[in-house]
Amino acid sequence: METMIKIIAVFTLLMVMVGFISWLERKILGRMQVRHGPMRVGWHGIFQPIADGIKLLTKELVIPAGADKQLFLMAPVISLIFAVTPFAVIPWGSGQGYITDINIGLVLILALSSLGTFGIVIGGWSSNSKYSVLGAMRAVALMLSYELPLILSLVGVVMLTGSFRLTEIVSAQAQQGLWFVAIQPVAFVCYLLAGTAETQRIPFDMLEDEGSLVNGFFTEYSGMGFSLFVMAEYINIILIGAISAVVFLGGWQRPFPSVEFLAFLDVVPAAGWFLLKVFLFVFLVIWFRGTLPRVRYDQLMYFGWKILLPLTLLSILLTGLYKVLDFQHNLIFYYLITFILSLFCVTYCSKHFYQEETTLKEVRVGI
Amino acid sequence: MPETVEPVETLGTTGTRHLWLNFGPQHPSTHGVLRVLLQLDSEYIRYAQLHYGYLHRGFEKLAENKTYDQFVPITDRLDYLGPFFNTCAFVMAVEKLMGVEAPRRAQYIRVIMMELIRISSHLLWLGAFGIDLGAITPVMYCLRERENILDLIEMVTGARLTHNYFRIGGVGKDLPPEFKDRAVEYLEKSYFEKIKDYDVLLKKNRIFLGRTKGVGIVSAEEAINYGFTGPTLRSCGVPFDLRKNDPYLVYPELKFDIPTGDTGDTYDRYIVRLVELRESAKLVIQALEKLPEGEVMTRDPRIFQPPKDKIFDNVETLIHYCYLASEGINAPRGEVYARVEGARGEFGVYLFSNGTNRPYRLFIRVPTFVNLTIVPKLAQGRLVADLAAILGGFDMVLGEVDK
Repeated sequence: METMIKIIAVFTLLMVMVGFISWLERKILGRMQVRHGPMRVGWHGIFQPIADGIKLLTKELVIPAGADKQLFLMAPVISLIFAVTPFAVIPWGSGQGYITDINIGLVLILALSSLGTFGIVIGGWSSNSKYSVLGAMRAVALMLSYELPLILSLVGVVMLTGSFRLTEIVSAQAQQGLWFVAIQPVAFVCYLLAGTAETQRIPFDMLEDEGSLVNGFFTEYSGMGFSLFVMAEYINIILIGAISAVVFLGGWQRPFPSVEFLAFLDVVPAAGWFLLKVFLFVFLVIWFRGTLPRVRYDQLMYFGWKILLPLTLLSILLTGLYKVLDFQHNLIFYYLITFILSLFCVTYCSKHFYQEETTLKEVRVGI
Repeated sequence: MPETVEPVETLGTTGTRHLWLNFGPQHPSTHGVLRVLLQLDSEYIRYAQLHYGYLHRGFEKLAENKTYDQFVPITDRLDYLGPFFNTCAFVMAVEKLMGVEAPRRAQYIRVIMMELIRISSHLLWLGAFGIDLGAITPVMYCLRERENILDLIEMVTGARLTHNYFRIGGVGKDLPPEFKDRAVEYLEKSYFEKIKDYDVLLKKNRIFLGRTKGVGIVSAEEAINYGFTGPTLRSCGVPFDLRKNDPYLVYPELKFDIPTGDTGDTYDRYIVRLVELRESAKLVIQALEKLPEGEVMTRDPRIFQPPKDKIFDNVETLIHYCYLASEGINAPRGEVYARVEGARGEFGVYLFSNGTNRPYRLFIRVPTFVNLTIVPKLAQGRLVADLAAILGGFDMVLGEVDK
């Protein structure tokens, strides 16, 4: 019964957050682009997401001629389900602040969230539209290139704690008095980059590239199908933010948990700190969108395989050195090694980055 | 350059077929209704073909049924982002045919308006190009700046899109007295700094460089062979600008530089246009300072309409007025070609007159139509995402391409 209530509570919270983030995104983007964003519905357009939701609910869901009807209707649901389920193991607050706490939490999250690509591929393929198929193809290319660095960037933390259980990862950071972002700065940056790719946002949103693919995999979706895809996208952002908060930013703890002097910060409840950390990532993603152009998907693959992957491997090596050589007591030296090795790694790898010319040399076999 | 690949239907061994994709006519990155037919191999373009004409309105034929005066407002609808260039080319052609010249003040005003509209057009291009590459912020800033330019133009012409300001033998009316101060103040105080800011929004971005450098390379020789003009030609390293090479109006009296690129890729097109934004503003300031006093309309009786108050005094004036209003301008026999350097390249008007008040044949040489012919070649072997960047770099306006 208690679990049931928690599930409903988390789901409701997620839906509210999705609405809020969609409003926040439009407002922040508006500020960045010398305009106001939504201003009409409620105070500074705060009820805009509700108005949008009603509009999308009442709109007709057009199924294109020649589309695979069942798969077409199933795809957004698949996308949403795999976006929502990982929240079963996310610890929102201290104590019992989770729906369930299993010993392979991190593995479960990674497994489920990578399945979300199926929704996109099925949606793109079943739409009977060429733009959608190209978008689905890009989704696969995107998934192949970011998924490995994403997983490898989390390995270091598992090495440090010796557990996949998310609550244990958080409590390990509490015991140490040092968040893992301080021990694993390289992995954290890699995770943020790969995580942005996982959320399929600018600069990695080539699967809904309106410059060349109209709207990518969900070109043909309207009404509720469309809004489910968008909801899945926003929930993915929350998920990536939640994982980065749990794994790198000390979960529900206040900043500097071991410093007594800052104890007054505890007036903010644990879940408050957690949400704050999630929204840091949300803001980062919106900031990217307001600033950066989109990378080409072959460039993303080079980036994923030739820069992110070596960097994450380097980060694992550094974590091993940290554990074996006992660097807890002279962190400065550790940072120095990290900095030098990462710089070397990035310069060496990016030498090959822009050299690749993508021209059609010979006739290749299509799909 | 890859060799031309003819479209083939099937692949021998596996029997899989290539994907045919209609890139347009209704597509966000074709800036209108251009249709590019693509044959794709996964996402690489094997074969591309351009289909023009979805916005064809038959202006050349239309001109044959209009008097010279009546056709002037229609030229605004050709390249609707740089309407002064079209009007100026047409008006200059008729003037050349009749052997008249606009007064010097009118010529200066024409230069000012054309350079202002060049700025406005390049600003809109900069924003739209950002959108093509997925950067959604620059366009907002560019539109804000463009608003200021359009406000200045609105002060003079009363319109923001289709201005209908130039006349055969001059311009419609004189500059308002406060125009000079406002224009100089805006350009000197805020414009140059803003342009510098907008430049930084994209120029030093690693992703932007990756998307534009080395994409759509055209060599200088190729550019000349394909008949390139305008910023697209200059980006290939050919310093050809009609304002310098075939001077018209008062351009010889003004000082300005012509920016050129080295490699002729999309990035160079961006750089060239950005430098032109600055050069055009300098031209406007110079021209405003040198602006002479005097008439803005020629006094040639074949063109000049007598002022209204004189008409009611004198019967000859009334007859003359009625004659001009009903018949229009009677141009002598002959054929002329007048061209101006538009925002996109050489905009030319070829006029054949048989001595009546209507053109016997009017041919309009539009720059983007010619520039775009190389796109199928550039697209070959590139990704679909590159096609958006290449098309964006050419700064096309379909109203002009399709005439």
